[in-house]
Amino acid sequence: MNIIKIQTSNKYTKKLISVFFIITAMQLGGCANLGVQPWERDLLAKDEMALNADAIDIGLDEHIYFSKEGTSGGRSFAGGGCGCN
Amino acid sequence: MQLSKSKKITALLATATCTLLNAGAQAQETKSENDWQFDTAILYYGETDRVSLLEGVISATKDFGDQRVLNTKLVIDTLTGASATGAVSQPYAQTFSRPSGDGQYTTSPNELPLDDTFKDTRVQLSANWTQPIYKDTRVNLGGNISREYDYLSVGTSVSAESDFYNKNTTALFGLSYQFDSIDPVGGRPIGLSTMVVNNGQFGAGDAGDAGDAGEDAFEAAFDQTRITDTDDKSTVDALFGLTQVINRRMLVQLNYSYSTSSGYLNDPYKLLSLVNTNGETQSVLHENRPDSRAKHSVFAQTKYAFDNAVADVSYRFATDDWEITSHTIDSKLRYNLSESDYIQPHFRYYQQSEADFYRPYLDNTDALPIFASADYRLGEMTAITVGLKYGHKMNNGHEWGVRAEYYQQDPKNAGFENIGVLASQDLYPSVKAFILQFSYSF
Repeated sequence: MNIIKIQTSNKYTKKLISVFFIITAMQLGGCANLGVQPWERDLLAKDEMALNADAIDIGLDEHIYFSKEGTSGGRSFAGGGCGCN
Repeated sequence: MQLSKSKKITALLATATCTLLNAGAQAQETKSENDWQFDTAILYYGETDRVSLLEGVISATKDFGDQRVLNTKLVIDTLTGASATGAVSQPYAQTFSRPSGDGQYTTSPNELPLDDTFKDTRVQLSANWTQPIYKDTRVNLGGNISREYDYLSVGTSVSAESDFYNKNTTALFGLSYQFDSIDPVGGRPIGLSTMVVNNGQFGAGDAGDAGDAGEDAFEAAFDQTRITDTDDKSTVDALFGLTQVINRRMLVQLNYSYSTSSGYLNDPYKLLSLVNTNGETQSVLHENRPDSRAKHSVFAQTKYAFDNAVADVSYRFATDDWEITSHTIDSKLRYNLSESDYIQPHFRYYQQSEADFYRPYLDNTDALPIFASADYRLGEMTAITVGLKYGHKMNNGHEWGVRAEYYQQDPKNAGFENIGVLASQDLYPSVKAFILQFSYSF
């Protein structure tokens, strides 16, 4: 009885895994539909659209928050770095 | 026939556009190949009655073409002022030994104990090299070193990123290793040892006097609570990132990072008050934190280009095995006033829960815990930042900016009872800071 149960649950797990893979594959396929053609990058190519625009400001802010709050990192490596009080 | 002709024209137009775009990109490269790009900034950070910091940054970037980029950065900062020790305020004056053991400081009645001896200068150097290794795949190699009076930090990082789907998707995987060496003033206090304060119980005599037996006895007792050699900590970070262009105006980034630290994770200058049932301080102890910490964080960022503005919104969720969970929302809106001027309002909200070993004070009727810290930065708190930046691009292509921000931290009581005299004390005072920054790029 137990063996049947395990086999059934294994079946379900396998089904779940394949469903998960199908969804992931569809998502990745979806990524192919997202995005732009190279000649549509006029706005994305602007300096202010870069993810690290204001890199100097971000670096200075992260140093402040690193030394004043309990959490750091996320955007890039959290690292160690200073004995700031 | 008509259809195939129009197809041909479309293809020709696309080719022409690509050629033009490539030509533009090449011209850009030729210009930047010979030039260093410098980004500099000076920042003042000042808390009301507490720490103030002056920090300067010079970043130099050189594009060697073919996506090979070198960035070097020098940061120098100097910190002065007072920092909350973690000890509670009392309705009477309190005397503490300075971290070095050399001298004392006294806190007035109902005043939060602050150690005003902090004065430190830090110099940090870092370099990063980006190199393409295969079609649409780049490797970043980084190194950094940071030195201050009682602290040395050396680190290295490596990451690889690949573009897919017409460069609309970029995946990144990176690892970093950081080694920190700590050599606190006066040595490392033994965790949860009692701070030795010379209240005259060691007998008369100051150091240097003929009869300095009292001072010698104090120093001997003080040294009993200290370990003099340096200690260190190691941090390994792993970062997985995915960036996706959504459409002509929008892109998103999603990061997961895991960070593990081990070694000396205490703050050697932080204290805890041991109080009686009436909330009166009986002695002051040195904090003791666990010697390892594992953190997970998820970071999501999106940027959206309006016709005259760019919105930048990010959210970070972080959790760790010290039981600190935090949420951070950060948003900026860059609004272009003209071709050469912009303003950028900034808003940030931060909220964290307390570490499982956080205690605002210890009760002397309870057994001492193994780990305890009263550092408010490990307690429950919220913080907000509001700011405004103005930027201007000059005719020669140089750019300057000025940024003013207000930052306020509001520590909260995470359900601890304020016993006896502590009921009349402000154990969770707010910290208010002003930030002013000037930047110049050329």
